[in-house]
Amino acid sequence: MDYQLIWVLLIAFAVFAYVTLDGFDLGIGILFPFEKKQENRGKMMNAIAPIWDGNETWLVLGGGGLYATFPEAYSLLMTAFYIPVIVMLLALVFRGVAFEFRFKSRDHTNHWDFAFAAGSIIAAAMQGAMLGAFIEGINIKDGHFIGGAFDWISPFSIFCASAVVVGYALLGAGWLIMKVDGPLQGKLRAIAKPAVIWMAANLAVVSLMTTYLNPAYGDRWFSTPNIYYLAPIPIVTVGLMFWLWHAVKRREKTVFGITLSVFFLSYLGFGITLFPHIVPPVISFRDAASPDNSLSFMLVGAVIFLPVILGYTAYAYYVFRGKIDDAGYH
Amino acid sequence: MLDPEILARVQFAFTMAFHIIFPSLTIGLASFLLVLEAMWLRTGNDTYLSLYKFWIKIFALAFGMGVVSGIVMSYQFGTNWGPFSKLSGPVIGPLMAYEVLSAFFLEAGFLGVMLFGLNKVGPKLHITATAMVAVGTLFSAFWILSANSWMQTPAGYAIETGRIVVESWFDVVFNPSFPYRLAHMVLAAYLTTAFVVAGVGAWHLLRNRENVAARIMFSMAMWLITIFAPLQIIAGDMHGLNTLEHQPAKIAAMEGHFETSKGSTPLILFGWPDMAAGKTKYAVEIPYLGSIILTHTLDGEIRGLNEFAPEDRPNATILFWSFRIMVGLGTLMLLIAVGSLWARHRKTLFDCKWLHRFALIMGPSGFIAILAGWVTTEVGRQPWVIYGIMRTADAGSPVSPVAIAGSLAAFFVAYAIVFGVGTAYILRAMRQDPRHAHIDPHEIYRADHANVVDHIDTPKH
Repeated sequence: MDYQLIWVLLIAFAVFAYVTLDGFDLGIGILFPFEKKQENRGKMMNAIAPIWDGNETWLVLGGGGLYATFPEAYSLLMTAFYIPVIVMLLALVFRGVAFEFRFKSRDHTNHWDFAFAAGSIIAAAMQGAMLGAFIEGINIKDGHFIGGAFDWISPFSIFCASAVVVGYALLGAGWLIMKVDGPLQGKLRAIAKPAVIWMAANLAVVSLMTTYLNPAYGDRWFSTPNIYYLAPIPIVTVGLMFWLWHAVKRREKTVFGITLSVFFLSYLGFGITLFPHIVPPVISFRDAASPDNSLSFMLVGAVIFLPVILGYTAYAYYVFRGKIDDAGYH
Repeated sequence: MLDPEILARVQFAFTMAFHIIFPSLTIGLASFLLVLEAMWLRTGNDTYLSLYKFWIKIFALAFGMGVVSGIVMSYQFGTNWGPFSKLSGPVIGPLMAYEVLSAFFLEAGFLGVMLFGLNKVGPKLHITATAMVAVGTLFSAFWILSANSWMQTPAGYAIETGRIVVESWFDVVFNPSFPYRLAHMVLAAYLTTAFVVAGVGAWHLLRNRENVAARIMFSMAMWLITIFAPLQIIAGDMHGLNTLEHQPAKIAAMEGHFETSKGSTPLILFGWPDMAAGKTKYAVEIPYLGSIILTHTLDGEIRGLNEFAPEDRPNATILFWSFRIMVGLGTLMLLIAVGSLWARHRKTLFDCKWLHRFALIMGPSGFIAILAGWVTTEVGRQPWVIYGIMRTADAGSPVSPVAIAGSLAAFFVAYAIVFGVGTAYILRAMRQDPRHAHIDPHEIYRADHANVVDHIDTPKH
């Protein structure tokens, strides 16, 4: 069995699960500055309070899984992204404790609202910047990172950061439009409209820039016959963005689903661009993999546990389905 | 000027020390909550429900802080210890992956139902959720201690062309020190929680000895301490024998023995191990006791630190004292267990003020003992990061010392704020009268307009 390929796909799945699940959690934090009412902020937070912890666990699976399966990639990427990773972790600390602290604090609710919003925005921006820097490639020589501490900042990575922040905000808005109603829902729709345009512009810029960053990236998409097979991805994405633009105005449940689909296609495009590199531009996942007996040992666990995890995660979502009532969970 | 290795070690120790505190409490509290909920469902006595609601608020705060400080740990292996990650990934990585798959998701998946779901799912499913969270905390301890133990006593591997290749996963998971370390740590977590519960119960009893909820929690905690404190001493002793076998330099440093002795080794009660001089100064000794405790014989050999190459010696000054702090607290724990039995025998468990004051002072003792024990075992592993395989000096990432100093400062500030405030909230939750923890939160909300929180709504009987 090709354990290396199975694991690179499983890690990719874990990262995608994180991006979408914690994406809408972080998105709600990103939307916080647009809603000043304490009561509504409480509702927004309660829309994710019972599930955010499970969502964030995918981040640990992505990181821990990469450490176990592709240790060289984990080691190189974490070293190259030292500053954005630490900043992201600290942001997640503040934003994570805000879930509990916001409701415990008597006089400082605003402080923890700020921590929640700022933590979410900074964490999302760092993830986006790392995504951009990752696509641009890591400066490696003889298996060691030889770049600088600030290599991850570039115009391209800033564009990616912006794309991720607005993308998460749209996911969050999509989730909330399902979970709340009344004036708050109307307000979210109003915020989501310009976000759709911003996201479309960001996606277009990032996609086109990516194909110019590295001749190999451009070839992957524009060479024949690839272009015929791959053309549906951008075309469907454009179609989805138009549909999203209309759904935002009147639909309740489809906004989240369409945004999710756009994320999926973007992620697929990202994977197609970079495959088989796990540390672009040179290290392929096969060069960075753990020995097969480590990969097969873990695969047993993944085969047993992943379906169970998906099962009880679905159950938790089912228990807390429907609109947030005024009382809230807290 | 700034040594990146020292900075990275300080950062790891600092973030780890903060992290270890919260799981120690949540491992024990999850099991305690399960017992409380089971007692409530069995007896129908609402005081157990009040206690459940009282402690779940504290659990939720501690759990949240444990989660966020834990995520930091899972990425710090890579950011600061790249070469270590690259080497150890194929062995320790899978153990951590199993921890995430079997424990973290289980805890996180059912935590929401446990905190917010009683009214939505009913008591039967709710207690299942509580049980899943409790089991998850224990699975988590299993895997992370297996990984930690493997770094102390590696087994089941071969080194091929500079990589570690596993030969037997069973030997990796159940490496020589693992069973002892797991027992020692889980007992420590239970004892830590029992002392926190006892301290809170004692505080409420000192205010009002008729407080029924305080009586129940104090009595339950004292039973736990009475059972677990002696068990912990036995587990600690067995763990010590195991360490003597696999890491003799650590034992020598813990005991302040610089010279090898065969038989009639004294126990150095106090003293100042001087690494430079190669001897323990101002030693206060008890003859023969060292042999008896360390080898369970009168003529066992105990190798002294001077027998090991200077570059292979752990720091005896730190180990000697961290070990004594842990053992001293363990002795006090046994003492309070005996005291509680005496008070129970005289039927004065709820009236005995000195016992309550003693319990109150001992409230945080478990945390201190865990930190001291953790320093003992981890500093005792030095200068190795993986014992005998990789030195700590070779394990650090090539990150500029300025970046590490900056991140270390950021961690100091952030953790001081977050965990300072979190601890304050926990202490405030502890001061609430546990008898009133089941009152409908919305009534309180209307009454004083404070944003009072109750995690689960009052069930309908």
